[in-house]
Amino acid sequence: MGTLSDNEPPTLELVGINKSFGAIHVLHDVNLAVRPGQVTALVGDNGAGKSTLIKCIAGIHPVDSGSILFEGRQVSINSPKDAAALGIEVVYQDLALADNLDIAQNMFLGRERTKGVVLDEASMEQAARETLARLSVRTVKSVRQQVASLSGGQRQTVAIAKAVLWDSKVVILDEPTAALGVAQTRQVLDLVRRLAETGHGVLLISHNMNDVFEVADRITALFLGRVAADVKRADVTHSQVVELITSGRSGDLGLASSTAAESI
Amino acid sequence: MSTETPEPVDTVPGTATVAGSDFSNDTRTQSVSEAIRDYGVTLRSGDLGALPALFGLLALVILFWVLSPDLFLSKANIANLLVQALPVSILAMGLVFVLLLGEIDLSAGVASGACAAVMGRLLVDAGWGWEISVLFAVIVGVAIGAFIGILVAFMRIPSFVVTLALFLGLQGIALRLIGEGGTVPIHDKFIIALANEQMPIWLGWTCAGATTAGYAIVQLLRWQRQNARKLARRPFPLVVGQIIFVAVMILGGTYFLSLDRAANPNVFFGGVPWGVPLVGALLIICSFVLGRTKYGRHIYAVGGNSEAARRAGIRVGSVRMSVFMICSVLAAFSGIIAASRLNSVTPDAGAGNTLLYAVGAAVIGGTSLFGGRGKIRDGILGGVVIATIINGLLLLHKPAYWNYIITGGFLLFAASIDALARRRRSASGR
Repeated sequence: MGTLSDNEPPTLELVGINKSFGAIHVLHDVNLAVRPGQVTALVGDNGAGKSTLIKCIAGIHPVDSGSILFEGRQVSINSPKDAAALGIEVVYQDLALADNLDIAQNMFLGRERTKGVVLDEASMEQAARETLARLSVRTVKSVRQQVASLSGGQRQTVAIAKAVLWDSKVVILDEPTAALGVAQTRQVLDLVRRLAETGHGVLLISHNMNDVFEVADRITALFLGRVAADVKRADVTHSQVVELITSGRSGDLGLASSTAAESI
Repeated sequence: MSTETPEPVDTVPGTATVAGSDFSNDTRTQSVSEAIRDYGVTLRSGDLGALPALFGLLALVILFWVLSPDLFLSKANIANLLVQALPVSILAMGLVFVLLLGEIDLSAGVASGACAAVMGRLLVDAGWGWEISVLFAVIVGVAIGAFIGILVAFMRIPSFVVTLALFLGLQGIALRLIGEGGTVPIHDKFIIALANEQMPIWLGWTCAGATTAGYAIVQLLRWQRQNARKLARRPFPLVVGQIIFVAVMILGGTYFLSLDRAANPNVFFGGVPWGVPLVGALLIICSFVLGRTKYGRHIYAVGGNSEAARRAGIRVGSVRMSVFMICSVLAAFSGIIAASRLNSVTPDAGAGNTLLYAVGAAVIGGTSLFGGRGKIRDGILGGVVIATIINGLLLLHKPAYWNYIITGGFLLFAASIDALARRRRSASGR
């Protein structure tokens, strides 16, 4: 599905990431790659370390050891600002939108364009509409619509489009379909696919196997803080991924049985 | 400024709507009937805007006109009513900033008294000019606001508690400045003129004409720019209609106030009170800040979702602190106008029900107590409603307790509308 091959150098690469909270070792030598034009799904059970991992990438938690490479260069991400400056945008599960503002205002929140002291509404409105159109989002009537009046899927769409507006290279989506109905999930998954098609590296965190198999190019499964497998979607089946999530291994795939057992 | 674009809200959750999608409202001009239908949807979703205040005002005017036909609508009384509304409106405009963040400033009323007391002492005892005295009153306002702001924004004490403490503390300071049972008489010509003198007729007309023309030009240019760049815009007839409405209000008001309202037929007494252009200037400045600047946008964002604002890189603490400073500065102006109207400052200036009136004015005008929704003009609209109640009741010679009961009831009524509107919004939106 991906237009670019797996050989493309990753935009974002994590090598040997370790993270502990006190005595609890949450991430063990985690390796992860996000390639341009591809959707990488990060799957794992509750407590597998998915949230901690994305918070490390987003600059909310510092890592204990290991390195983060962005476009081949070693970088240190110490705050959400650092992440944003590199071009990493995170769309969190609890949407960071202000209900009382309209779509365009939300998309430019905190980074408003001005002419002198006056807000440049015209250019912001045009840019917001162009971004939505580029992502083929055609379900909103006006970018001057208040976010409060949007459906859950439309809100998620706006949150994702907001991330795209800033020339981001990597977009991290935390459970984007968790609270959505069938039709709205469809809208958002289409959008995720288009994000990759427009050259973004997408990291999709999801519990939903259907979603993962529909949009992902690669699947990285976390099991108790370790990467159980990093595989092409085409190479695995549904049930194999479920096994990787629940027991850390599936046939030849996954952690060595000794490692998996000792982790438990 | 007002952005009264009717917000279309007819997307049914769960459907990828085809009709009414594809930025249809942005790329072509809406017809008037569509705009009206969208406005109807907005109203049904609980966003009533200025409607309750306008209908409330109309009902009150009719009520008092029926109850005291000769007095209430007399030219002298209407002018008097407008002057009564000045201090309440200015205080309410300040409170709009605080209410937009979902906070409250219970000390705004007594802050206005304390600032007026500072001005009074400087005018009378130090013998300073009005310029320096007013400047010091405003500086005291800034200081009070900064103090509240630091405690609320950075120490995270609920604003209710901080300002309740200051409500008592500032009354103590005013009492210390003026002395028990004392009053500071104001003789300064400039200060007295604010609420007691009228502009020359020609100047009133000049100001009214300039304001109307300015408003029309701004609105028309904006529409023309939006139309040229194919941006979301309202139907042209609605823009023209709004300009005509505002022009009729401003010019009609000026005409009315320019009529001779003297009881004695041998003298002429008329003109727009000096306080009116002052409030008009504050309205324009504050509306500009809230509606057209980055800072104003950030106030709305923090009030709507402070977590989203924080993640967007907005310095939420500074925004929160600044609104208390703005509120206290406007309170200082309110106190100065009140002092002008009474020709004196008393230790209980701004105490009692002053704050209740101002909060009531802002909420009646359409500002939400839950934060994120409101406009500066709400303060003025609500201020006029409140002043109408006070004025009308006074003419009816009802005992003072009625005043308290009715104003309290009105505030509760407005807050109920606000709460119901909020519930409808969360039910219709997501």
